[in-house]
Amino acid sequence: MAGITITDQSFESEVVQSKVPVLVDFWASWCGPCKMLTPTIEEIAAQYDGQVKVCKLEVDNNQQSAQKYNILSIPTVILFNKGEPVAQMVGVQPKEKFEEEIKKVLG
Amino acid sequence: MSTVYDLIIIGAGPAGLSASIYASRFGIKHLILAKEQGGTIVWASEVANYPGIPDITGFELAQEFIAHAKKLGAEISQQEVMRINKNDQGVFEITTTAAKTYQSKTVIMATGTRRRSLGVPGEKEFLGKGVSYCCTCDAAFFKNKIVAIVGGANAACSGAVHLSKFAQKVYLLYRQDKLRAEPFWVKEVESLPNIEILYETTVIEIKGNKSLESVVLSKPYKGKNTLFVSGLFIEVGGVPISEMAKELGIKLDKSGYIVTDNNMVTSVPGFFCAGDLNSKSRGLQQIVTATSQGAWAALASYKFLKKA
Repeated sequence: MAGITITDQSFESEVVQSKVPVLVDFWASWCGPCKMLTPTIEEIAAQYDGQVKVCKLEVDNNQQSAQKYNILSIPTVILFNKGEPVAQMVGVQPKEKFEEEIKKVLG
Repeated sequence: MSTVYDLIIIGAGPAGLSASIYASRFGIKHLILAKEQGGTIVWASEVANYPGIPDITGFELAQEFIAHAKKLGAEISQQEVMRINKNDQGVFEITTTAAKTYQSKTVIMATGTRRRSLGVPGEKEFLGKGVSYCCTCDAAFFKNKIVAIVGGANAACSGAVHLSKFAQKVYLLYRQDKLRAEPFWVKEVESLPNIEILYETTVIEIKGNKSLESVVLSKPYKGKNTLFVSGLFIEVGGVPISEMAKELGIKLDKSGYIVTDNNMVTSVPGFFCAGDLNSKSRGLQQIVTATSQGAWAALASYKFLKKA
């Protein structure tokens, strides 16, 4: 599955309570660069299937989560480990940048 | 190392994709290597000057170019090129950050530009926390707030107009005494009551706590150097992405853009350049310029390959 769609309601169970690290992609329909990043996120989801959960949160309809994590710019991708944000990457990044952070938490 | 391509195109914005379309129709076997697909236009909320298409988003137009190139058989590999050199046989070797190397008889470099930063204290710390280089992406986070945008050309003016639909107030800060955007955009900016232009003014420091709270101006506004804003958008132009070509000894202009003749031919035989990266585009860095140059570059590659 190339990225699970999450909402304000499912954020706690899918991300905070996840036993594996979670990469959350904060995006919106009006954001071109967010859509540009989508193939990279999907590649990561496929490559790290089972090791890292990849989630997508659309900020327009899920403002609570966006505000909780102080999102003021998209795309922003946050890597969570044991419920806490451990890395925050703003803007379109190459796959290697996300992998660098993922490898730190996978050990 | 197996395949030697006839052509490798570096960059998948309008220039690279147009070059690919023409290369396909010339029958040139080629590969596109690109860090991202679509190019700088993906950041544009509205493109209204590409002939034949009165109104489209930059992302949608980029998708049309990508689909067209793919329809003709383009192979696009999403990788960032790190190094370009020429071996003893005169073949170009292109290495990516994924540590892969590709060989090609000709290259079209169409990597465009990256956004220029202001280079002021606080800019990096508050990236994503109030500082943004994308009005389209982030305007919605500043509904009813006060924001500022730095710049005076098309991107800054169209950005200010876009921001004005969300923000309570937009300060457009420009270091010169006159905006240099297209008259269309200048008129739009001047007509909107919630946009105020501060001329001969720029930002010298960015401050805040958890997120951006204020900027320090180079010239006082209403007697004060501090302007309280929740968002700061930076649209001060681009910086050419040409570092990887320096090892070739390619001729650059004094700002780092690649110099070519009218056929997109550079100082290095077999190496061509198209789009915003090409020095010739300066003055009109537009999609229509890029697509035209992409076609010329493909033709240049075709002629080079025929002679070889």
